[in-house]
Amino acid sequence: MPLHAYLVLAALVFVIGLFGVLTRKNAVGILLGIELMLNAVNINLVAFSRFRADLTGLIFTLFTIAITVAEVAVGLAIVIVIFRVRRTIEADHLDLLRG
Amino acid sequence: MRIGSPELALLVLALPFASFLAIGLIRPLRRRGRPAAAVSILAMAAAFLTAGALSWQALPVARALNPSVLWSWLPADGGPMASVGVWVDGMAMQMCVLVTLVSLLVQIYSWSYLADEPPPSLGRYYAYQSLFAFSMLGLVLSPGFLQMFVFWELVGLCSYLLIGYWYDRPSAARAAVKAFWITKLGDLGFVAGIVMLWSGTGTFDFWPLFQAAESGSLHVDGLTTIMFLIYLGAVGKSAQFPLHVWLPDAMEGPTPVSALIHAATMVTAGVYMVARAYPLFALVPSVLTLIAWVGAFTALLAATMACVERDIKRVLAYSTVSQLGYMMAANGAGAPEAAFQHLTTHGVFKALLFLGAGIVIHHFHTNDVFRMGGLFRQRPWVGGSFLVATLALAGVIPPGFFSKEAVLAGVLHAHLSVPFLMLMATSFLTAFYMFRVVFLAFFGHAHVHHEHPQPPVAMDAVCRALAVLTLALGLRAAIAGHHVEGPGWLPWISLAWAFAGIALAWATYQAGRLDPARLAAAFAPIDFLARRRYFLDDIYGGTYRLLLLGLSRVVGWVDRYVVDGVLNALSAGALRAGDALRRIQTGQPQDYVYGVALGVLLLLVWAQLS
Repeated sequence: MPLHAYLVLAALVFVIGLFGVLTRKNAVGILLGIELMLNAVNINLVAFSRFRADLTGLIFTLFTIAITVAEVAVGLAIVIVIFRVRRTIEADHLDLLRG
Repeated sequence: MRIGSPELALLVLALPFASFLAIGLIRPLRRRGRPAAAVSILAMAAAFLTAGALSWQALPVARALNPSVLWSWLPADGGPMASVGVWVDGMAMQMCVLVTLVSLLVQIYSWSYLADEPPPSLGRYYAYQSLFAFSMLGLVLSPGFLQMFVFWELVGLCSYLLIGYWYDRPSAARAAVKAFWITKLGDLGFVAGIVMLWSGTGTFDFWPLFQAAESGSLHVDGLTTIMFLIYLGAVGKSAQFPLHVWLPDAMEGPTPVSALIHAATMVTAGVYMVARAYPLFALVPSVLTLIAWVGAFTALLAATMACVERDIKRVLAYSTVSQLGYMMAANGAGAPEAAFQHLTTHGVFKALLFLGAGIVIHHFHTNDVFRMGGLFRQRPWVGGSFLVATLALAGVIPPGFFSKEAVLAGVLHAHLSVPFLMLMATSFLTAFYMFRVVFLAFFGHAHVHHEHPQPPVAMDAVCRALAVLTLALGLRAAIAGHHVEGPGWLPWISLAWAFAGIALAWATYQAGRLDPARLAAAFAPIDFLARRRYFLDDIYGGTYRLLLLGLSRVVGWVDRYVVDGVLNALSAGALRAGDALRRIQTGQPQDYVYGVALGVLLLLVWAQLS
């Protein structure tokens, strides 16, 4: 399979993730969208690594996955705390920073 | 023994300063009062004896390179800027004796006069007295304009401190501030003048300046302006016409202070300065003419005000202003020796008049001459002393007779006929107002009958000493013979005027032949103006209100509406802009993500297009 097939797949996954981030009202849904975007990037990195015979991309991906895990853990913890305080995780209601 | 004299002069200067330092720095001494007074009096007595020893030595007359102790001061690239030290000549020496003598007698007198003061105040008073004596002696012994100016200002400061000695009295505090400000007005001219003189000649020192002036090699641009500015300093200090208003108010201070500062020494600083710098003034005849006219006018103006004043100290204050006018007129007429002679004799008998007035006030518990009377019978010694001084002031007996003659002859000699006539009129008025006081206070009927305590011994003794001194000075002048080069009719006319004044005062206030009210009605316009002090205080007050307060109001308006307005507009604009801009912050995370996505999209489009 040629390289651009992987890139198109990655772009599709990224856009789906972005769409999720923009449209979901549930904070957990937004986090899921972010995960999809990150994995789209991972696909890109692995694809380039494979086609250019350069291991840097692979190693980078491993790092990204590890960091993503940590990010999700922190993100979910924040969501749980927000739920405890505000009794909601609807993104529209979380507007404390409104000017 | 001429070698020792400048060192002696330095000692004269150092003694009061040491006493000031001791009283000022040693707190227990100052707080205890009496010991401080003793220290000050002893130092002053030593200074007086030293000055006496100094004057005993034969010294060359003025205008020679006199023995002096000089140090250079303010080193600069082109040599030191000025000399400081002492410069002794006949004039400075006589002034030293006068200043130390009057200071000593006044300090002894104050010992009794201020006996009821709390000790800390007394200590403060004697510290000021010592500082004053030091400043005045420093001024007298100055070898140049710069040192003279420094001491000149110190004298002004001491005057402020002593007038405001009873600083909890609002009138005294106001009088002190008034004296300070008005003399400062003249001092501005003085300092500007000496700096301009320095920039023209490169020196502040008298000796090189006088030498150049007398050999005719002094070429300075605008010398007339410079000398006029320097004269302004004397106008303020010596209470000449437009700036004389501070002196009558300065009577708020204790009476010995009035005797010391506002009669015998400080106000004479201006006359002394003009007499001292006379070789320079001689180069500018127009300024000299101005000095003579202003002096004669001041003499006449102050004499008319003295005629209507009821407060005995204020009468004496106006008479001081009037006599200072005489001295200045003599300076302006080119007779600085006559001015200086009148200065010394006047210093002695005016001090006596003030100290006598202190006893009179002490006796009657009032300053109003119309509520006094009959003191002569009760206190013949006080009355006699006062009478001696009054006669001397009126120019009837020497030494006042000779010194006044010298002044009048000098003015006549300079062909200043209008100032001469003014001075003649003044000598009539002088005799009139002084004998008005004498007849009202010492003769006539005693108005109030209450307990009259015997005046304290020290006050009495000082008055007697001064009376004897006045007579001795007169005797010496009479024996020495007076060398006034005037027309032969001058003394007779002058005496006749004085006796006419005395006769008028006698007819009005003693014999009752003339009604004072009718006399006042005969001179209604002058009486009206003199009672209101020629509206000069009102003019100053009005100018102050109009100019200073008007300017303040304009400045205040600009500050309130222009400066503050710009700042308020800026801050209001910032607030409003912030209010408008904060509405784009929705606080919704997804809106921010929209923003980021849109931004990335725009970047992509831009990257494609370029």
